[in-house]
Amino acid sequence: MAQSNPIISIQQVGKSYGAFRAIEDISLDIEHGEFFSLLGASGCGKTTLLRMLAGLEDVTDGEILIDGAPMSGVPPFRRPVNMVFQSYAIFPHLNVADNIGYGLRKQRLPKDKRNEMIDEMLSLVMLEGYGDRRANQLSGGQRQRIALARALIMKPKVLLLDEPLGALDKQLREQMQLELRRLQQTLGITFVFVTHDQEEALTLSDRIAVMSGGDVLQMDTPTGLYERPRNRQIASFIGNMNFMDGKVMSRDGAMASVRIDGIGNLDVLAEGTALCEGDRACVAIRPEKLSVHTSKPESGQMIEGTVEMMTYLGERSHLHIRVPGLDRPLAISVQNSTIQTGAEDKASRPVWLTWSNGALITLKGE
Amino acid sequence: MTDAAAHATQPGRSVRRGPIARLRHSKTAQSYALLAPSLLVLVIGVVIPFLILLAMSFWTRQGFEFDTTMTTANYARTMDEPIFGAFLMRSFWVSGIATVATVLLCYPMAYYVAFHVHSRKMLWIVLMTLPFWTSYLLRVFAWKVILGYEGVINASLLGMGMIEKPLEFLLYSQTAVVITLAHAWAAFAILPMYVSLEKIDRSLLEAAADLGDGPVLRFLRITLPLSMPGVIAASFLIFIPTTGDYITPALLGGPDGAMIGNLIQLQFGAVNNWPMGAALSIVLMAWIAAIGLVFLFVTRRAQRMAA
Amino acid sequence: MSKGTYIARPNRTLQIYACLFLIVLYTPVLFIPLFSFNDSIYVRFPLTGFTTNWYVDLMSRQSVWHAMWNSIRVGVFVSIVSTILGVMAARAITRRKLPGQNAIIGFVMLPLVIPGIIFGVALLVLLSRMGVTLSLNTVALGHLIVCMPFSVATLLPRFEGMDRSMEEASADLGENGWWTFWRVTFPLVLPGIIASLLLTFTVSFDEFIMAFFLSSTDSTLPMYIWSQLRFPREFPTILALSSLILMVSFALVFVALWINRMGLNDEDALS
Repeated sequence: MAQSNPIISIQQVGKSYGAFRAIEDISLDIEHGEFFSLLGASGCGKTTLLRMLAGLEDVTDGEILIDGAPMSGVPPFRRPVNMVFQSYAIFPHLNVADNIGYGLRKQRLPKDKRNEMIDEMLSLVMLEGYGDRRANQLSGGQRQRIALARALIMKPKVLLLDEPLGALDKQLREQMQLELRRLQQTLGITFVFVTHDQEEALTLSDRIAVMSGGDVLQMDTPTGLYERPRNRQIASFIGNMNFMDGKVMSRDGAMASVRIDGIGNLDVLAEGTALCEGDRACVAIRPEKLSVHTSKPESGQMIEGTVEMMTYLGERSHLHIRVPGLDRPLAISVQNSTIQTGAEDKASRPVWLTWSNGALITLKGE
Repeated sequence: MTDAAAHATQPGRSVRRGPIARLRHSKTAQSYALLAPSLLVLVIGVVIPFLILLAMSFWTRQGFEFDTTMTTANYARTMDEPIFGAFLMRSFWVSGIATVATVLLCYPMAYYVAFHVHSRKMLWIVLMTLPFWTSYLLRVFAWKVILGYEGVINASLLGMGMIEKPLEFLLYSQTAVVITLAHAWAAFAILPMYVSLEKIDRSLLEAAADLGDGPVLRFLRITLPLSMPGVIAASFLIFIPTTGDYITPALLGGPDGAMIGNLIQLQFGAVNNWPMGAALSIVLMAWIAAIGLVFLFVTRRAQRMAA
Repeated sequence: MSKGTYIARPNRTLQIYACLFLIVLYTPVLFIPLFSFNDSIYVRFPLTGFTTNWYVDLMSRQSVWHAMWNSIRVGVFVSIVSTILGVMAARAITRRKLPGQNAIIGFVMLPLVIPGIIFGVALLVLLSRMGVTLSLNTVALGHLIVCMPFSVATLLPRFEGMDRSMEEASADLGENGWWTFWRVTFPLVLPGIIASLLLTFTVSFDEFIMAFFLSSTDSTLPMYIWSQLRFPREFPTILALSSLILMVSFALVFVALWINRMGLNDEDALS
């Protein structure tokens, strides 16, 4: 990163629609060349925030700065950002080339320069030769690429994408995800990407801001969000998580001992939490980090239970282990290359679960 | 960018605009500005004329001028002199029959296009409504040609030997007016009923069939009730304008078929009693509003009782 | 809707009814041209002979050409003004929800529902109180009131059906309000604009009631027809004139409705 200032600075921004508070005091910075995602369920405010960056919605409180310049009062057609709309918004009365070249009018380029730029874009999004086609006769995936080309030809400082892959089927979506990532890294432009699909966000982003109810719950790298979620809501929103409620028995520096009813005391990593002795705590672990054994291990921490149900999912299987004392079974995820055959008759057999150091995380208890 | 640059960019402080600038930028204000010319036309062409009409109904004629002292004499006349009441009632009667006839005859057509036409629906709709877009005067004129003493119907029936003398009641009668009105306003009936029928979710009918209802029951229990809003709209759209119709009764109503519209026109024409004409117009509108409200009330009640 | 579904089974009776209905709907109007070729002053059935005399006679009449020119002038003026007003109103209404917009729409549509005679009479009263002499201008004002519902009704669905993100995309790509309107909004609503122009022209051209109350001796074509109706000898000539008017109106309206459906509903358009 050559520049030290963030390219987008959102400072204590809030948005109200009459009495309804859609965005509540959000502050975050987006760095140059980042692939930044806003992730959340419908209605969490992520699209509203994106539209405020584009200038399509007014900011009620706070300030947005793009490349250091304050944006209040600046209409969308004067901002150095461009947006790919969820519905693509392809102009039906223009052909593909004119759609892509739409925003070039103000630059008053000579005809051949304009055509050259359009052709460049067409090959960038792999639609060579489609220039003369009527834009609304193309498929969803093709129109999405036109929308992308139309925005990128403007050489924006930031590209805003509003759930651009939502309407595509699974295989096409995964293909486009890779293309988007490749494009972003080749061009080096900052992307701000809105999605409700957490897998998509994890795949594409350098950093993710998880939003809910108009707030940012946590902003972190994908690894950070997955491995070290800050609270229970985020932990269960991203991926699957097992939760065990208990009480902190003792705290010793980075480690703590938490007592779970029915299991006993577990040594957990409590670094970064403010938990002390006597606090309620929630111990969490990802399903794929639990190992299952059919005979009791020699030593180390373990949890004993019985297999309640097994679900086959192709490349992996999910096991549900009933543990006395816990009101919900623990979910284990195992790769089917490692599971032993004849697993079906493991039902109701006792099993032991182990895990590696640091796999257990602690969250604030409820 | 001048607005933004002029203000301190402290976080948390958004740009504050003066009230004039806020108004100029407000999208709502811009929208009202766009509406302004249309509203102006409406005020000049509808609101003010009606207000003056209302005022004039309280005046009396005095030679070539008007005595502008307010008096309810005209309204008293409408209630005392039987001719006015009679014409009003006759107008409602004729319009009523025409409305019922039109709605009944057009409903199957609307049903057909909504349910049984699968391709080129637009073509059918265009075909059904096309006649309506042409001159009302000419369409009434056409019926004169058909119903006349030597018109098409009489000439054919005479020629086929089914009658010996031309039928008198066809032209210059209430019958003529009803037939012509029904024909002329058919398009106004079809469109709302078609829209209403088209909106009915087909899966409701499939569910009813699945639960044991045959075609007649399905129609009576599902299609008809759900298309009622369209039927009601159609009825209003035909009844209200036809009560005050002038052209049809004038061309083929004769003395028997004359309606309140003719009476009003006379006041502004030969009789030259404008205040009386104004009063009659107001009375007509009041009656229409009253009938409309009663009708609405009754249908709402019926809907609530059925639910 | 597929053709094979149970609910949409073809119904013979209804089909016959529908055809009969259309026949009954159009036949009366078709009698006018029929008898305009009749070689007789009287409307007699069957036709006594074929002649185009009446049409020839029509062409030679100065008063007919004059009245037609009046109707055209008024029609063009009214169609342009009511379409412009309709575009502005439809734009304003669909942009964002305005308080009182339903009342305004209802107001605009009033002329469709209230007997025309009341509007004619009310305007007459206003104009006379203001001391304005009756002329083609007053007729044009009356027609404007009557035509605006048609232009708004034609344009409102067009504006409503337009994807708003198109305009947002245009703004995002650098175009301000005016340029966005010309480059994106206008082309998309153009079919509606053309349809509105043609429809309002036709309505104005054929309009009688307002002209009846609001015109002087120099008037429109429908008024000319009305004035001739009391002379039985003029009957066939009037039939000829009416036939011509009917044909032109039909053609204009057909074109208008055809253009308007383009882009509104693609599946219907393609069938």
